[in-house]
Amino acid sequence: MAEITKLIHKYLRHEKKFPHVWCPGCGNGIVLGSLIRAIDKTGLTKDEVVLVSGIGCSGRLPVYVDFNTLHTTHGRALTFATGVKLANPSLQVIVIMGDGDATAIGGNHFIHAARRNLNLTAIILNNNIYGMTGGQYSPTTPYGALATTAIYRNIEHSFSIAELAVTAGASMVARGTVYHANMLDGLIEKAIRKRGFAVVEVVTHCHTQYGRRNNLGGPVEMLRWQKETAVRVEKAQKMTPEELEGKFTIGILVDRDLPIYTQEYQKIRETAKARMAKAR
Amino acid sequence: MNDQIKLGRPVLLQGNEAMVEGALAAGCSFFAGYPITPATEISEAMSVKLPALGGTFIQMEDEIASMGAVIGASLAGAKSMTATSGPGFSLMQENLGFACVAEVPCVVVNVMRGGPSTGLPTNVSQGDVMQARWGTHGDHPIIVLAVSTTRDCFDITVKAFNLAEKYRTPVVILSDEVVAHTREKISLPHPGEIEVIDRIRPNMPPDWYIPYEDNSRGVPPMGIFGDGYRYHVTGLIHDVRGFPTQRRDEIVPFVNRIFRKINQYFFDILMVKEELTDDADHLVVAYGSVARSARRAVREARERGVKAGLIQLITLWPFPRQIMEPYLRRVKAVLVPELNMGQVSREVKRINQGMTRVETLNRIDGTLITPDEILVRLIKM
Ligand SMILES: Cc1ncc(C[n+]2csc(CCOP(=O)(O)OP(=O)(O)O)c2C)c(N)n1
Ligand code: SF4
Repeated sequence: MAEITKLIHKYLRHEKKFPHVWCPGCGNGIVLGSLIRAIDKTGLTKDEVVLVSGIGCSGRLPVYVDFNTLHTTHGRALTFATGVKLANPSLQVIVIMGDGDATAIGGNHFIHAARRNLNLTAIILNNNIYGMTGGQYSPTTPYGALATTAIYRNIEHSFSIAELAVTAGASMVARGTVYHANMLDGLIEKAIRKRGFAVVEVVTHCHTQYGRRNNLGGPVEMLRWQKETAVRVEKAQKMTPEELEGKFTIGILVDRDLPIYTQEYQKIRETAKARMAKAR
Repeated sequence: MNDQIKLGRPVLLQGNEAMVEGALAAGCSFFAGYPITPATEISEAMSVKLPALGGTFIQMEDEIASMGAVIGASLAGAKSMTATSGPGFSLMQENLGFACVAEVPCVVVNVMRGGPSTGLPTNVSQGDVMQARWGTHGDHPIIVLAVSTTRDCFDITVKAFNLAEKYRTPVVILSDEVVAHTREKISLPHPGEIEVIDRIRPNMPPDWYIPYEDNSRGVPPMGIFGDGYRYHVTGLIHDVRGFPTQRRDEIVPFVNRIFRKINQYFFDILMVKEELTDDADHLVVAYGSVARSARRAVREARERGVKAGLIQLITLWPFPRQIMEPYLRRVKAVLVPELNMGQVSREVKRINQGMTRVETLNRIDGTLITPDEILVRLIKM
């Protein structure tokens, strides 16, 4: 059996949940593929993995895969994931969010999850728009772009999700694109293996709601834009600010070892137990 | 605060602390919360005690997050709880609805304070009775219990966990500022005397497990993350396998089942305390801290020859209609004293249907209704 067919049979709930809800050509499918290949490489069993998502097109991803899957409320995926991880730290908890999901309604949870540093993997699908609700502007919609709620053009300035995660204190932060799918496999795998809060921002395309409205073309043109605009961080270091104008970097932005919440909490348990024993 | 509580021996506790003891006795191992008066002592005590018992306390960034974490922890197998007050309870509502639809057992304490909005933060109120029932959107059943004494706080919290686990549902405990902060001498039962119920777990081979399949109880066994029974959990209306559905023949049975599982066990969920009601002409219906004033008033009324009786509601939702109806048919008048503009009295009137006279006694100034005020009204009735 071809490698890909094997993976499909191993991980997808193919007999139950297909065809999927996404538009033909949507980048979300590529992320799903990357995620499966990455998990497969880590050797984790299906029972060890919990996939948590928020609400949005991206939020529908977990339903297709045969793990413990949890589709939460809009913006709150990280909070549910926090509970899962704390109740059973041996589970590998991976959280899928959209850009609106993670940084608008869920923005506060996002920065606090990064600061708290639980051993979670957060994958944020940044398509620059609210896809599921039909193309309203999101915190990552570029200044000047068009959206259904910005037909006079967007006058808000966008977040850089990855840089926000770096500043908020995440242990590992990476950015990839769905065009660079092989690289994405590696970034997600590394994020899963990372001990600590690891974020992968995935630049993806919503041709239906964003591309079409902004004359960016269909999936092929939008993928080409990703290819031409993304610069690997290693290469970017050797480039001048002028050369980098209008580009974005991909690769690992930060990888640092910080104390993990569950480990720290174990120390609290010891202290508390000792104190109780003394009081007895 | 009491670090060590010797079971079986008298201790001096406030309601909030007794709730923590009750939760721990029921097997609570996870608590997530955000500080708010008058519920904060629950978080504080949990932060001290849970880690010593191997459990986990976490202070989240807000109440929305707390409720999310509580659900996540329950899905991963922990008996979990949060505690808050009015504004925080409002924030929890969306996720509370999620717990109802996804059938996730958990306990949510709302120590009521004056509202709306930031309201009267340090004053007593019973203004959240309807919010506890209808706060989240859409149709779903819920169990809501009211506590009135420190000992209640212990017992009813145990009961809340048991009901949550038994029926795979969130259970809300309504406390109030007076109950929460009144210190009383109580004796806590020995662990052996406490009934502790755990959720029913699947035991068939994992391939056969259908996570939301109906059965005679209406409560499917619950797999937990990591135990080999992998399934999909969602807030969307789902089919028996947990996958989103828009099919009429799947939506209707699902919604009916989550109502049925509560209705079918109505009398197991129902808790009321009746006092001097057998021959009563005048009935007081009360709950929470007001029930204490009412008890005293009813006893004093009897001393003065007024045949008064008390029904103290512990279960507020589902509303104990079956208990109330025979009384409504028989008594001359009913008085419902409460610290709001009339939330439970509205429910009593709704089921009364002209059978008797229903009077209300309402206070919204952040102070307790005294036994005297109730007594005066009883005598006038
Ligand atoms: C509390 C709440 N507010 C609003 C919505 C409606 N809603 C559903 S999806 C969505 C936006 C999704 O956008 P994004 O997170 O960027 O994901 P995408 O669909 O683009 O993958 C919104 C606003 C909701 N479900 N819940
Ligand atoms: S609306 Fe956009 S994000 Fe959603 S499935 Fe279609 S292309 Fe993908």
